[in-house]
Amino acid sequence: MEFALSEEQGILSENIKKMFDDNISIDNIRDHSKGDKSLRKNIRESIIDMGLPGLMIPEEYGGSGLGVLEASLVAEQIGSHAVPSPWIGNSIMAPTAILFEKDNHLAEKWLPLIVSGEITVCISLSEVIGKRADLGLIVSEDKVSGINIFGIDGELNPAIIITAVKNNLILIETDNNGVEINEIPTIDSTRPVVEIIFDSSNYTIIPGGKEAIQKTIDVGRIGFAGDLLGASQNMLDKAVEYSLERKQFERVIGSFQAVKHMCAEMAAALEPCRSLMWYAAYSQDFISDEANLLACHAKAHLSEVAQDIARTSTQVFGGMGFTDLLGMHYWFKRIGLSRQILGGPERVRKEAALIQGFEI
Amino acid sequence: MNLNAGPEYIEFRKNVLSFLEENKHMAGKARTPVRPSNEELKWQKKLIDNGYAARTIPKEYGGYGAQLDVLKSRIIAEEFSKANIPMGMANQGISMLVPTLLELGSDDQKNDWISKTISGEVIWCQGYSEPGSGSDLASLQTKAIVDGDDFVINGQKIWTSGAQMSDMMFCLVRTEPDAPKHRGISYVLIDMNSPGIEVRPLMTMTGHAEFNEVFFTDVRVPKNQIVGKRGEGWYVANATLTHERGMLGDPNQSATRLNEIIELMQQETINGEKLINNPVHLDRLMRLQARVLSMSFNSLRLLTASHKKLDAKMAKLIVKLNGCQLNHDLAGFAIDLLGELGTIYGKSNHDHGSGKWQWKYMFDLGLIIGGGTAQIQKNIISETGLGMPREPKSVINGKK
Repeated sequence: MEFALSEEQGILSENIKKMFDDNISIDNIRDHSKGDKSLRKNIRESIIDMGLPGLMIPEEYGGSGLGVLEASLVAEQIGSHAVPSPWIGNSIMAPTAILFEKDNHLAEKWLPLIVSGEITVCISLSEVIGKRADLGLIVSEDKVSGINIFGIDGELNPAIIITAVKNNLILIETDNNGVEINEIPTIDSTRPVVEIIFDSSNYTIIPGGKEAIQKTIDVGRIGFAGDLLGASQNMLDKAVEYSLERKQFERVIGSFQAVKHMCAEMAAALEPCRSLMWYAAYSQDFISDEANLLACHAKAHLSEVAQDIARTSTQVFGGMGFTDLLGMHYWFKRIGLSRQILGGPERVRKEAALIQGFEI
Repeated sequence: MNLNAGPEYIEFRKNVLSFLEENKHMAGKARTPVRPSNEELKWQKKLIDNGYAARTIPKEYGGYGAQLDVLKSRIIAEEFSKANIPMGMANQGISMLVPTLLELGSDDQKNDWISKTISGEVIWCQGYSEPGSGSDLASLQTKAIVDGDDFVINGQKIWTSGAQMSDMMFCLVRTEPDAPKHRGISYVLIDMNSPGIEVRPLMTMTGHAEFNEVFFTDVRVPKNQIVGKRGEGWYVANATLTHERGMLGDPNQSATRLNEIIELMQQETINGEKLINNPVHLDRLMRLQARVLSMSFNSLRLLTASHKKLDAKMAKLIVKLNGCQLNHDLAGFAIDLLGELGTIYGKSNHDHGSGKWQWKYMFDLGLIIGGGTAQIQKNIISETGLGMPREPKSVINGKK
């Protein structure tokens, strides 16, 4: 038994961290949020150059054949750097969903294109996670119409959309198929979510039924847990760093116990989350009877801890935390979006209770 | 990451299981805080002979003499816990003094004490804290002055659990009053039957006396009962303090407690509704379960680090703070689940087991304070873990 990242997993994480360190700064995140999309383009190219989009895709389709743990380590770095690029939908959830197609027709067609970066995939499961009365999809035998919101990774003209209707995942090509995609303005300008309008669009059913839907949500939740872990760790690290520079009363503010204890409480809450995320991600590939429950716990628990860290670390920065000058608010808002996507903590904890047979 | 056990460990687990199956009739119930009975002493011997207690203590000192293997230790703990069979004794002598003697004791001290301690023949208490020296332990004032071949000890200790039933105390005393506070302390072994020792039970908020005060008036202790050198007692003691903090945040205890709470929720009914069916209670249960799981996985991480002889850093520093708080929160949840019945503390026809939870709720608050307060833990986490500076010492007697 070894409960630690392997050497390869450590190197993967380090390399990605270095690539983002080299390419992303608070200035270009700010430019991005004001509408300059050059960072989005450059980062996407770097991610493709490193061969990352197909990280979880089996080698027979040209991918790296790695697991959910490796993919969540990437998500952690993406969250840590507030990277404006597709990942959780395109590279974690989409391959998981498409691989339910056992005769490989869909897999053969689409997975190599995800690997090469020629296409992106948008995932939109609000229909099953948080259906609204005024929205939803109407399906006939071969067509789908209606509106889906909170699609993930829909910002780069995705070639396909994966959504769910009537207990099945369905795949819809976007080209000349009555599909309109619009970005939804949220608090988080680092990571767009989209509204998708289908107008008599043709679709293909991905087999696997409810199990395929659940598994796709589970791995997505692990991805968001990783993103939340990275974003929180970054906020804590930056807060500690700032507290050792900023002086008041002729002392660095990090020498006051009031500030030290805030930081210690953040660290104490966050560090066990790392172990939770590792175990939960590992279980997706290797401990199937625990995978569903742990995906729920990882997502819900990280959402709570991250929210506390987002608030507390902003307070460590004092007035500067509230300004746009330091830009810590980008992570504050990223955490705010990750908390709600694929289910807010209360809804996810309800699922965790049901999984264990506790009747509500 | 690889959570599969190797074949050696699968085999080892089988051996533990068959030992338990064959011998469980000999095991008593979980121990009460009194001296071990003959039955318990026999069980302890059986455990040592089979390598399930004193596992890594060398044979020459009465142990089993196995190489340290943290994975095997965990398997033993897991299987004993699942079978609800008490592990070997885990008193302060065994968990704190014996490792200290192995590392820093003289040959005579090792021969005199280790074997008798692990067998349960000799029971120890710990004499560290004093009324004026809690978090600032190194300011302790209990004096030891040399007179002929003896130290003569005067002073007072507090928070001494088990003092009234102990044969011996490992104790910190000030031997060099003029040295800086950390360098004037020595670690001595004191016979609790010596003339001049008075033990007074210390009643706590639980209504029980889980601790004692111990008073020393001209107590004579032979000079050779010092462990390590004179003036180096602080460093001798520190080796075991780290160990104590690991013990105080044990996630297995939290997991056991969580299971007891789930059982309670499945049994208890209020207004015709089973507690387990109440969505608000369930939400709180799920929040606590996530914390328990996180700390269990954190302990797997520590286990691997310890197996590979790596420093687990932050993952280790947070265990005492988080573990004690979690146990306290679990007890508080159990009380809330019982509602009005949760306040019953004593014999009553209406008792649904709240006494145990109320006791834990109070005693665990004591554990949040004891063994290095939560505030001291946060200092350690921020200073050692996050590299933040120590508090400047400019405020004395409440005035600048």
